[in-house]
Amino acid sequence: MITNGTGKTVVRLHVNGEASDVMICSADTLLQTLREQLGLTGAKRACENGDCGACTVLINGEPMHSCLCLTIETINQPITTIESLRDSAIQQKFIEKWAIQCGFCTPGFILNCQALLNKHPDADDETIEEWLQSNLCRCTGYQEIKEAVKSLLPKGSAS
Amino acid sequence: MLENPWLSIGKPEQRIDAVEKAAGTVRYTADYSVPGLLHAKLATSTQAHAKIKAIDVSEAWKVPGVRAIVTGKMFPYHIGPILADRPPLAFEKVRYYGEPLAIVVADQEYMAKQAAQLIHVKYEPLPVVNSAREAFQTDAPLIHENSGKYMKIISNVYPVQGTNIGSHIKIRKGDFITAWENCDIKIKQTFSFNLSDHAALEPRCTRVEINPAGKVVVHSTTQSPFTIKKVLNQFFNIDVGNIIVHVPLIGGAFGGKGTVQLEPLAYLASKAVGGRMVKLEFTREEDLITAPGHIGLEATIALGANKAGKLMAGQYTYLIDSGAYTDQAAGITRAMALDCTGPYDIPNVWCDSYCMYTNHPYATSFRGYAHPELTFAVERTMDKLAHKLKLDPVELRKINAIKPGNSSPTSAVLNANNLGDVEKCIDQAKKLIDWDQGERLETADGKVKAKGISTFWKTSTTATNAQSGAVLKFEADGSVNLNCAAIELGQGSKTILAQMVAERLKMDIKKVHVTMEVNTQSDPHQWRTVASSTTFLAGRAVMNACDDAISQLKRTASIALQCSMEDLEVGGGRVYLKPSPEYGVKIQDIALGYKYPNGHAVEGQVVGHGRYIQRHLTPMDKDTGFGKPGPWWSVGTQAVEVEWDPADCSYKILKAVTVLDGGKIINPMTATQQMRGGMYLGLSFASQEGFIFDQNGTVLNPQLRTYQMVRFGEQPAEYIVDFIETPAADGPFGARGIGEYGVIGMAGALANALSTAAQVELNHLPLLPELIWKTRKESQA
Ligand code: FES
Ligand code: FES
Repeated sequence: MITNGTGKTVVRLHVNGEASDVMICSADTLLQTLREQLGLTGAKRACENGDCGACTVLINGEPMHSCLCLTIETINQPITTIESLRDSAIQQKFIEKWAIQCGFCTPGFILNCQALLNKHPDADDETIEEWLQSNLCRCTGYQEIKEAVKSLLPKGSAS
Repeated sequence: MLENPWLSIGKPEQRIDAVEKAAGTVRYTADYSVPGLLHAKLATSTQAHAKIKAIDVSEAWKVPGVRAIVTGKMFPYHIGPILADRPPLAFEKVRYYGEPLAIVVADQEYMAKQAAQLIHVKYEPLPVVNSAREAFQTDAPLIHENSGKYMKIISNVYPVQGTNIGSHIKIRKGDFITAWENCDIKIKQTFSFNLSDHAALEPRCTRVEINPAGKVVVHSTTQSPFTIKKVLNQFFNIDVGNIIVHVPLIGGAFGGKGTVQLEPLAYLASKAVGGRMVKLEFTREEDLITAPGHIGLEATIALGANKAGKLMAGQYTYLIDSGAYTDQAAGITRAMALDCTGPYDIPNVWCDSYCMYTNHPYATSFRGYAHPELTFAVERTMDKLAHKLKLDPVELRKINAIKPGNSSPTSAVLNANNLGDVEKCIDQAKKLIDWDQGERLETADGKVKAKGISTFWKTSTTATNAQSGAVLKFEADGSVNLNCAAIELGQGSKTILAQMVAERLKMDIKKVHVTMEVNTQSDPHQWRTVASSTTFLAGRAVMNACDDAISQLKRTASIALQCSMEDLEVGGGRVYLKPSPEYGVKIQDIALGYKYPNGHAVEGQVVGHGRYIQRHLTPMDKDTGFGKPGPWWSVGTQAVEVEWDPADCSYKILKAVTVLDGGKIINPMTATQQMRGGMYLGLSFASQEGFIFDQNGTVLNPQLRTYQMVRFGEQPAEYIVDFIETPAADGPFGARGIGEYGVIGMAGALANALSTAAQVELNHLPLLPELIWKTRKESQA
């Protein structure tokens, strides 16, 4: 049903619990589709190379770099973006712990943290580090982000 | 600490932008789209230095959807903020790898990209100048053949025709030559590091359209919207009044978005398609190397002292690698000279600061504007001198700490008002890093724990007429809107300004609404959002606007309350009689004027306005540097503790300390955020960052994967931040600037700690384990 190259096709995505029809080329990335067709601009474009995590969304609950996913690969899979985490505990913690400055890395970080909380509620420091190394922040120095996620992970050491 | 007498000042008020940012709904420049928007892409140079023989665009035109292709021949002029030496699109020759050569405008981004890749350029390679030192040699190939003919935009820039010197700034204070001869102890050290990048997470982006009436509308990721207007006026002959610049929130800048690069390109692109709206968004690769980065440096410092450790003479030679164009590096060259000594009292100073053209990507301002760089060199030299004098490094710094009554290298007089307390900062940092527990300790498992310290200062080198304005408009519910062209980059300025309004009007901060976006048509003029100047300049303007609003409120209230204005006070959302506060009127009842019971109305909306302009600043004298470059000097001391492993030379940063005297701290939490973030940036720069060039001047690491920086988990295990609050009498509520300061001493402190740990002189950045290993090998040989 999808033609190669620049031809466009309508496909159905499942984003934030809703079914949405989008028109895509086979080469479109999920990041492009979310931003340009669904107006979900919380996923940021900052490297398009899998290096910074600013474009992170959850696909089937897994944090993924949406800049490296083709939209056609995500058909029929539940996709979660920052826009659906309104008032979540992790968002509140980012605010409370002063983990936000320019805010450009924030959606990606929050989604990655949310997935970590879901998958490893007993994560230790090492696991936290391994997970969050995929996201870059140039403003905060990471301390506050660490505090935010740790405040929801009782097993992480106190600092 | 004294009890806080303030309502909002000095309190950790939550950032006014935090909720929206956490929700991911804030729209940054690249998050907006409109139907019919055209997309621009650049074709960039694959050579670092070459003549352009021909540009063939015929293949590119064949790509469907292409609307226009612009090359340098269509605008063969030079632009620039200090010296107009840079063509927006290269013509005749290219001077760095990644330089813009042509713009393609197309219906879709991928079409523009495809076409840009099909532009074929024929080059005639020229010899590449690959370092500032190479550039300085008398027989070096010339990068700019006619640098003496370029237009000077500001006065303090001195290109030397027939050389690669883009500017040369001198300090001649006291009698250096005689003093040097009489010094008991002398040392000389050389330092260097390559160009690097800001790598703000948000890549630069702009949209420009030219409407049929001739209005040029720009949306951009910029710290300097009014400079965009100036540049488009100066070089493209557009009336200033016809240019409107919109700036939404910015995803980090660190100085990198302070200069003007994309907007003229997008303007040329829009012009080529009849004024339609064109978007130009840099890829990360372009953002790293096509857009301007952070200077490189080669520095030589000679310090002379008497036996007691009092500094008598200092000589500073700075060769700044500004890359292919001077841009803000010419201003950094000046800044590096005017604070060249660091916060030390040295009566005899000789400084030559050179802005050197090389075939590297060009450099612009970077958080700290010359100060992190000069501080690295100065503080390493201070440690070395302390060893030679057999003095405690902390003691040497205290002996020489600059004080009220001394003067700066440019002979600006320092007093208790314009200078923070250096000694107090040193003492406090010393305590916080447990200096007296030992500078170097070997641990049981064969590792070494070591500490390094670094003291720094910085004035806010703005234009002598840098200014800011503020407008306060009252709403019918008694709340107030603040309009001010300070840009929110993540530093929290808008929150600070809201706190000032709340304080001055004695009202709840929730009733202060700050316009987050900046619009140059509706906001008053603001110089730029750089140089840690916003709290001071915009803060003073905001206070001024509050006073204006208060007098209007009192005037309307005096009519309503039938009393004189002098008897009234504003606070708690009311205007009331001082002697009997229960007698008053709510602001909401007079915000839009007062209505008598019979329906007649007077006065109208309360609209306060205020402004502030720098006072008594001067340019520097060409031969001696004499002048007053900035309004005040914030000062600080930083320290780092590392755990270093002699087995493989790797290390961990255990602790990083900052003690800053930035005057009164308006918001201790945003200030701490600023310090931590600055410390991170400084440590990342010092430990990992830098472009890697091959012999052709090609950047080998133009991606975030290969351009290394400190990631989560590599940050210091502990950040310790403290403030000394020596008030500045003319700062708003006693505040000076603090935005850049967390960065400044970090490279020096880390290099000192690691030099102590490894017992070698580490005088180059970045401080990779490999460098430490190599330096040890060499010193053992
Ligand atoms: S934009 Fe996807 S990882 Fe950077
Ligand atoms: S808050 Fe700016 S990049 Fe993280």
